[in-house]
Amino acid sequence: MIGDYLPVLFVFIMAAGLAVLLLVLTHLVGPRVKDKVKLSPYESGVDPVAPAHTRLNIRYFIVGLVFIIFDIEIIFLYPWAVIFSDFIKRSPFILYEMLFFIAVLLFGYIYVWRKRVFEWE
Amino acid sequence: MDTFDLLATIIKVVIVFVTILVTIIILGLAERRVSGFMQYRLGPNRVGPWGLLQTVADGIKFLFKEDIIPDNVNRPIYLLAPVITMIPAFMTFAVIPFGVPLEIAGHTVKLQVADINIGLLYILALTSVGVYGLVLAGWSAGSKYPLLGGLRSSAQLISYELAMGLAIVGVIMVSGGLTFNEIITHQQATSWNFWKQPLAALVFLVAMFAETNRLPFDLTEAEQELVGGYHTEYSSFKFLMFYMSEYANVITASGFMVCLFFGGWDMPFIDEKALGHWGVVLSVLAFVSKVGFFLFLYIWVRWTFPRFRYDQLMRLGWKVLLPLGLVNIFAVGLWMALRA
Repeated sequence: MIGDYLPVLFVFIMAAGLAVLLLVLTHLVGPRVKDKVKLSPYESGVDPVAPAHTRLNIRYFIVGLVFIIFDIEIIFLYPWAVIFSDFIKRSPFILYEMLFFIAVLLFGYIYVWRKRVFEWE
Repeated sequence: MDTFDLLATIIKVVIVFVTILVTIIILGLAERRVSGFMQYRLGPNRVGPWGLLQTVADGIKFLFKEDIIPDNVNRPIYLLAPVITMIPAFMTFAVIPFGVPLEIAGHTVKLQVADINIGLLYILALTSVGVYGLVLAGWSAGSKYPLLGGLRSSAQLISYELAMGLAIVGVIMVSGGLTFNEIITHQQATSWNFWKQPLAALVFLVAMFAETNRLPFDLTEAEQELVGGYHTEYSSFKFLMFYMSEYANVITASGFMVCLFFGGWDMPFIDEKALGHWGVVLSVLAFVSKVGFFLFLYIWVRWTFPRFRYDQLMRLGWKVLLPLGLVNIFAVGLWMALRA
């Protein structure tokens, strides 16, 4: 069982090894010429105005919140989908169950839609 | 796990890893040459035969470029971000099967690096980790363009992940399992999921383009607005690592699409498992040509559709693809209930 994941560990070691190798290699091989202007943040060639980390639009956070709710909904759908083909042969109850679950979340979906969360003018 | 299995696993890991790297190199060239042909010009054709070594030359050039670390970056995170992007990108392909099992000296070797029982969730989980790389790259650079690019990409990727997850649910419902082998065997026994669930395939295709940050959804690096997006402050191999991850993600997404909706290694009207070694060769060829088609589609779409605006992108993801995904689940459920 856990042995199934051994190849995943191998792949991780390969990927991490390559990533770190590339980082170190480019650090060692490339030339190094320090220059104050070169090391300043890029702002289309103009001197940077105001710090980069300022206030951000609240929409990004709201979308993040809504995403978490719906992503959890989808996570609940996966085990349901796995057993669906077996259970549906006996009774359609499993379908009604999930329809009810989705209907509850649909209220939330309509609510955030009405609150114009998806409008990005 | 005996010695033979261990050896076979290590060989498979190395072969798949090298194949992905080589495919990235070929894809880097194909991107430019196909783009060239679509625009009635030749594209790079001077380095090596047909320009085949162009990408290698580019890589060597990247190596000898200065490794610039700007002054006001958050150093540890700035250096970690490309690594976080790259590791999941190269790990995801591990669960995708690329052929029927091979029989060698009494042993069965699955043509798949890791046959784990949650194959689909593995891909979804790892692609979610990849989002961190982009966000941290944008945030740690201490510059405005990368920050905006990182924010945009995070909102875009999570929005389309929902549509992608919903499109997959329909496939799991008919095949009754989370491993790729179950899904492909089921498709081989009946017919490809694309014919049964074209709506899910369409939703998945669109979400797949958005998830890999490719045109027409490459808003994270829209050069007219954001210069380069989240990797504006990156140079040399660190910059290359983001590109390699993008191409690796494109390859995995194509393989994912092929396995879910186009039968994986299944060649229609032929029973590969009955043909012995030739069946293995045929199945690998079928898989490679299908993935090749989707890689071509990526470039094709790039020169066919203009880039979306950000509000259009969000509207498409939340107001169109998400309901369509739910409709697909409902339709599949109803269809199976009526047939039962």
